[in-house]
Amino acid sequence: MNNKKKICQSVLPATIAACMIAMSSGSMAADSDPIKVGVMLPFSGVYAGLGESTRNGLKQALKEKGNTIAGRAVEFIEMDTEAKPARAPEITSSLVDNQKADFVIGPVHSGVAMGMIKTIKGKDSIMIIPNAGANAATGAFCQPNVFRTSFSSWQTAFPMGKEAYDMGYKKIVTMSWNYGFGKESLEAFNESFSKAGGEVIKEMLVPFPKTEFQSYLTEIASIKPDAVFVFFAGGGAVKFVKDYDAMGLKGKIPLLGSGFLTEGTTTAQGPAAEGVMTTLHYADALDIPKNKSFRQDYETLYGKPADLFAVQGYDAGQLIVDAVTATNGNTADKAALIQQMGKLEIDSPRGAFHFSKAHNPIQTIYLRKVVDGQNTVVKTSYAGLEDPARGCKL
Amino acid sequence: MDTSLFLVQLLNGVQYGLLLFLIASGLTLVFGVMGILNLAHGSMYMIGAYLAYYFTTLTDSFLLAFIISGAIALVIGIIIERCLIIHLYKRDHLDQVLLTVGLIFIFNATQSFVWGNDPLGVEVPAILSGSIGLTDIIEYPVYRLFISLLCLVVAATMYFTINKTRLGMMIRAGESDRAMVENLGVDISKLFTIVFAIGVFLASLAGIVSAPIVSLVPGMGEHVLISCFVVVVIGGLGSIKGAFIAALIVGIVDTYASVLLPQVSSMSIYLLMALILLAKPQGLFKN
Repeated sequence: MNNKKKICQSVLPATIAACMIAMSSGSMAADSDPIKVGVMLPFSGVYAGLGESTRNGLKQALKEKGNTIAGRAVEFIEMDTEAKPARAPEITSSLVDNQKADFVIGPVHSGVAMGMIKTIKGKDSIMIIPNAGANAATGAFCQPNVFRTSFSSWQTAFPMGKEAYDMGYKKIVTMSWNYGFGKESLEAFNESFSKAGGEVIKEMLVPFPKTEFQSYLTEIASIKPDAVFVFFAGGGAVKFVKDYDAMGLKGKIPLLGSGFLTEGTTTAQGPAAEGVMTTLHYADALDIPKNKSFRQDYETLYGKPADLFAVQGYDAGQLIVDAVTATNGNTADKAALIQQMGKLEIDSPRGAFHFSKAHNPIQTIYLRKVVDGQNTVVKTSYAGLEDPARGCKL
Repeated sequence: MDTSLFLVQLLNGVQYGLLLFLIASGLTLVFGVMGILNLAHGSMYMIGAYLAYYFTTLTDSFLLAFIISGAIALVIGIIIERCLIIHLYKRDHLDQVLLTVGLIFIFNATQSFVWGNDPLGVEVPAILSGSIGLTDIIEYPVYRLFISLLCLVVAATMYFTINKTRLGMMIRAGESDRAMVENLGVDISKLFTIVFAIGVFLASLAGIVSAPIVSLVPGMGEHVLISCFVVVVIGGLGSIKGAFIAALIVGIVDTYASVLLPQVSSMSIYLLMALILLAKPQGLFKN
């Protein structure tokens, strides 16, 4: 009996103590839980190549830190958006509500971005956009927990308006596909071009995704503007630049564009691309140490040259690393984390940048020219260009 | 728009229309003779373009690439007909759609696996590069005129073959009464193989000659397939002559719409199709 009582007296407290230790180690485990990063990129479909580059860049940034930040491992949950806007809300809420992702990285496509932003509004996760350029993402639809490490379409076209005028072009024809990003680019170009004193004498909008440009080019030849400014990307950009050259226009009417015209497309465009001038926040040949080391490491890791999309993915990764390091691994307090992210300066291969109030990069835009199949930097067009973030109330 | 500009735009329209005919002719031929609806027709256009890219890079000669790619396309056509299409003659169109849509996925996956997702381009062969002046301000690329000429040659050859040769006679007979032709001792299965291979060849040919002026991207076959169907439907399913005339109309309407009515140009050819089908539900030249 006595013995039994003794057992009760000693076992009970021991059990309670054990439970308490277990519980406290449980709460300690929360801090050593992996940081969850949801990745929403197109891994199939037309934008698969862009998704792959972005992911490669993202992983490179984390690999540089041994895949741990402030002692915490990083867990990736990868989802294929297939660049389909309709799928965006469903995938986003599964990452945010079910998986409790700390960060959601994505997407490439602006339509998908809008779906994601609506879903992530007010949620306890942070979204980092590594590509989609729709102005509204950091404009009218801006959110405290949404950051962008790429660009707004305004930023990539606005500087060219002034450049064009300074090059002596007074009357210009602009042209793009008839969709959001294209129209935003033309507007931004027109904004600075007309402010400088130039005149857009005709704006041509081509139904998307039509690439039969012959009739438009014939009209351009008959209008004889001083220069032409266009937004096209990917396969359409290749086709346009080749057709422009084949019509004998390149030698007579200079071709200008936002950087996507010659980004990742010069190989396919061949000699037709030579001399085409564009503005963008990056150039492969950018001569700064960070870019050189980044490109060298990327090539070693993945066996192919880095591109713009890899840079933007890499910076999304750097943003997470720097912010979580600064909060000593605490990702539970999202407000503190967001405040930290807003203050950071990112040491990017494109040159250092920091965030505007609307969480869009304030960054340098370069004037580039295709020489020997490469986008070379002619000069810095705008240092620290901030998107006007029209409609954002942050 | 002044007269010379108007005429140059007409040339643009005709040139685009001829290319559309080249792409659509194989589709309508195969349907007309064999009753097979080949949705993978656009994929063969894509494969033709990528083969042209591959062999141009390999041999440094567009002419060689042209010949090799064309030959490969014929072989692919024979294989597909012998191994797959042969099982479909007695089935309905839904089974054909299922099989040929499956082929689209296979071709797209193959393309992605072999050539990747980045846009590719082929240089215009040196002998056909450059442009000639049409008016004092407008120049026209020689290569586009070459394509138009080639399309005309193909159209003329098809017309001659179908109307004046023994093969054409069998094709025409096969179209109207299959059993009769078989009873006359014609090997209809061999005839079908030939026709299907020619259809695949025509689609690939369009891809091959387009390679230097388009951008090679995944899924490029699906885009042309839609225009192709518009042409075939307007012309009357199975009618070569219909496809030829419809292609020219579509090319010209699309071209003028894009400069004169840019707001509605994206739907211009569908509006045209709707109007024509209202008047002639079977298309322009369906017997």
